[in-house]
Amino acid sequence: MNLLSVNNLHVSFQIKKQELAALIDVSFTLNRGERIAIVGESGAGKSILGFSIVNLISKPGFIKSGSVKLERKELTTMNLRQLQEVRGKRIAMIFQDPMMTLNPVISIGDQLVETIRSHTKITYKDARNIAIKKLQHVQISSPEKRFDQYPHELSGGMRQRVIIASVLLLNPDVIIADEPTTALDVTIQAEILQLLLDICHDNGVALVLISHDLGVVSKVAERTLVMYAGRIVEEGPTLEIINDPQHPYTQGLLNALPQMTLPGQRLNQIQGSMPSLTERPTGCAFHPRCPYATDKCQQEQPNFIHSGVSSVSCFLVEDMVNEFADQSVEPHE
Amino acid sequence: MREIKKDLIHHPVPGSRWSHIWSGFIGDKLAVFALFIFIFYCLVSFLAPLLAPFDLNDPAFIDLINAEIAPSWISQDYRFLLGTDAQGRDLLSIILYGTRLSLTIGLCAVAIQATLGICIGLIAGYSGGRIDNFLMRCADIQLSFSNMMVAIVFLAIFQSIFGIAMYQQLAMVILILVIGLSEWPLFARTVRASVLAEKQQEYVDAARVMGISSKRIMFRHILPNTLSPILVIFTVQIANAIVTEAALSFLGLGMPVTEPSLGSLISDGFTYMFSGSWWICVIPSATLIILILAMNMLGDWLRDHLNPKVYKD
Amino acid sequence: MLIFLLRRLIQACFVMIIISVISFAVQDKLGDPVQQMVGLTVPQDERDQLREELGLNDGFIIQYWRFATRAIQGDLGTSYYYKQPTLEVIFQKVPATIELAFCAIILVVLVATPCGVLAAIKPKHLISRLLMIISSIGLSVPIFIVAIFMVYLFSIEWGLAPSFGRGQTTEIFAIWDSGLFTKDGLHHLLLPSLSLAIALMPIFIRLIRAEMMEVLQSEYIRFAWSKGLSAPRIYFIHALKNTMLPVITVGGIQAGTLVAYTILTETIFQWPGMGFLFMDAVSRVDTPLISAYLIVVGAMFVITNTLVDVIYGLVNPTVRLASHGS
Repeated sequence: MNLLSVNNLHVSFQIKKQELAALIDVSFTLNRGERIAIVGESGAGKSILGFSIVNLISKPGFIKSGSVKLERKELTTMNLRQLQEVRGKRIAMIFQDPMMTLNPVISIGDQLVETIRSHTKITYKDARNIAIKKLQHVQISSPEKRFDQYPHELSGGMRQRVIIASVLLLNPDVIIADEPTTALDVTIQAEILQLLLDICHDNGVALVLISHDLGVVSKVAERTLVMYAGRIVEEGPTLEIINDPQHPYTQGLLNALPQMTLPGQRLNQIQGSMPSLTERPTGCAFHPRCPYATDKCQQEQPNFIHSGVSSVSCFLVEDMVNEFADQSVEPHE
Repeated sequence: MREIKKDLIHHPVPGSRWSHIWSGFIGDKLAVFALFIFIFYCLVSFLAPLLAPFDLNDPAFIDLINAEIAPSWISQDYRFLLGTDAQGRDLLSIILYGTRLSLTIGLCAVAIQATLGICIGLIAGYSGGRIDNFLMRCADIQLSFSNMMVAIVFLAIFQSIFGIAMYQQLAMVILILVIGLSEWPLFARTVRASVLAEKQQEYVDAARVMGISSKRIMFRHILPNTLSPILVIFTVQIANAIVTEAALSFLGLGMPVTEPSLGSLISDGFTYMFSGSWWICVIPSATLIILILAMNMLGDWLRDHLNPKVYKD
Repeated sequence: MLIFLLRRLIQACFVMIIISVISFAVQDKLGDPVQQMVGLTVPQDERDQLREELGLNDGFIIQYWRFATRAIQGDLGTSYYYKQPTLEVIFQKVPATIELAFCAIILVVLVATPCGVLAAIKPKHLISRLLMIISSIGLSVPIFIVAIFMVYLFSIEWGLAPSFGRGQTTEIFAIWDSGLFTKDGLHHLLLPSLSLAIALMPIFIRLIRAEMMEVLQSEYIRFAWSKGLSAPRIYFIHALKNTMLPVITVGGIQAGTLVAYTILTETIFQWPGMGFLFMDAVSRVDTPLISAYLIVVGAMFVITNTLVDVIYGLVNPTVRLASHGS
């Protein structure tokens, strides 16, 4: 059984009289201990997907339809009290900017301890000990001293370690990490990433890594989902996606990596930019920027089909797959 | 590479900022209503000499025989629509003139505040450095003393020094000056904040490179962009000025009895509350409250809709 | 922390000096001490001699210096009317004003905080909307009208509470005349402090609501929700502490307004406090009392502002260590 399964999730925003779709028909599964990545440009809906798993989207956003199941339990219909049981304890989140994530007027220690004590009946002293041990675990020096300090007294990398520690306190089954290294210095990024990787590996914690950085993703995730304009356009093993991208958007993304350009050449860009919520094109959302677009792409939304070990949502691929299937059938006639 | 099919990407039509605000304004009935009330007050007080049934300067105006007559719907005496006060003066006339005084003082005082505050704010924001520090320290210190307190102290001293007679002659001018000079820090700080933000913009550098003088840059280029927050404060400050003047007059430090503003009317009327002539106090109070309420509603609406953060949705 | 305090103290002294100069200037220009001391029948040359003896013909700066040195020693002149040292007269009235202000502040804190928090957590709720409308209206009603209305409604019409004076007071610690310990005293305290509280309430309700709403949008609040913390903990510990910081600052600035409002309230309720004393002194041109009042009130301002800054520095951990320079 899957640990987490998201099916046909639709998330919309109610702005004045308009309802704008932010996530359309999103489905994926996550197994125990598995590490997947969700990639895409800013505005694709990656963070919203992360938040909607634990129903944490702020107004005016709301889950319009679809299901999010943690093992057998349906999360979208839970009330606050039930959600509080799941949040932190079974599914934990790491946000992007460690400075903004920690409350500036409460000490690090108190913020760690409260996480434990809100889910378990335990004395302050015992909780303190657990917290200090976890701080050691994430390689923070002199944890007793840090315990009483405030967020602004720590460096960015240390803060993110504290957050990782706080996320691990209750031994969750899933960690959703939303751009965990983007706000950090490049030198620290690798350390934090490695830490995250080790922790997930050692404790059998499943990871949903949300990122726009393909380099980061390739090091951490086993499977990758590519998002564009609120939809998943391609999904598959990370190595496949990187070596043999099928969707034109994924191809564009990979081509745009500086590593793919020879010195002196212009960087490859995907023309245009991601449409905003109000400007979504008809049919396949990518068609205005797609070098292979046909009239059909403008009119209809392609299905999400299997192509080899990946799944893609593109008419071009669909046609090729059908053609291949026909071809392979023919000789049997 | 194919061209991007523009006709399929639907762009929202950009309107000019002011037409956007105007259409939002009309849609908000409360704001229109508030503006209507404000304009009504302005018109009515401006035309007071024409509208008032009695002339304040007419000696026959004060006739003790007519003292303390209840409003017309109670006393059935239709000579005095809203009744009379303890000296037999028609309440309607006196309220009209009183509102006129209050509005005049309020508008003039805020004009002074705004001019002084905007100039200082522009200079402080644009110059930066020591000048900025010094000016803002002054502003801080002045802000920490409530303007009403400063006004009370100043007027009390003034009244004591120059005696009641001379004070009454100069009362209006002094009130305008005192209220005007005590609240400039608010305008100054707001303008300074806007200037600091605008200073970062490229057009300021461009203007400077072209050799345009600082003064011209400040007034012709930066100032128009700081108008929105100024407009918001302006309305609220007029309301505050009128309230301050009313409070001062209530304490006896404001307008004299012969040229009463709404505040002194209320003060006068208070003593008569106990003897049952409630209208002498209540009707001017209601007049004042409605005016202030309308202005505050206007200010609130302006703040909600001129806030650039909200506008860029 | 120490450097911070020192800097504030220097600023405070600077402000006090300016106030004392203004106060002395007032005393110098207003009224004639000689005339107050002797009767009208005393001939001119004797007056001149008295002038000389009192040093009233000396230069401004010399006279100011005398004034300042005396002031530091606690001598701020003698009231013309009360024939007592001004500081004594003022301090007799200080308890009344302080108790009034204190009760009003307690009322504001106790009522505005839950109202503001509620209006922020559930802004669309009927009670929240009602609260905001009442606040808007309340902001538009000047304090003296509020006080008058309270007097009319509760005192004249319904006769529930007395509308003037302080009632019975008890003396505690031999220097403080308190109205808090007698039923009669509390009864008299009711309307004035309620009026004062109502005048200040709208500002704080709106402020707390606005700040709290902004805080609730923060990332750390969202993170707290994602940790599965309970709603009361998030609202009252995570959010409220951050909300109160700017409120403390604004509260400090409002201290000045509080003094002005107190003068108005005391006038209406005939409350025998400092404000009432001041207005009396003005109408009697009791110059020493006026200038002494200026200095005392100025000192109170400065002390309050400094205290508020210190409290803010203690409550906000980011400020505290900034001055340590870690």
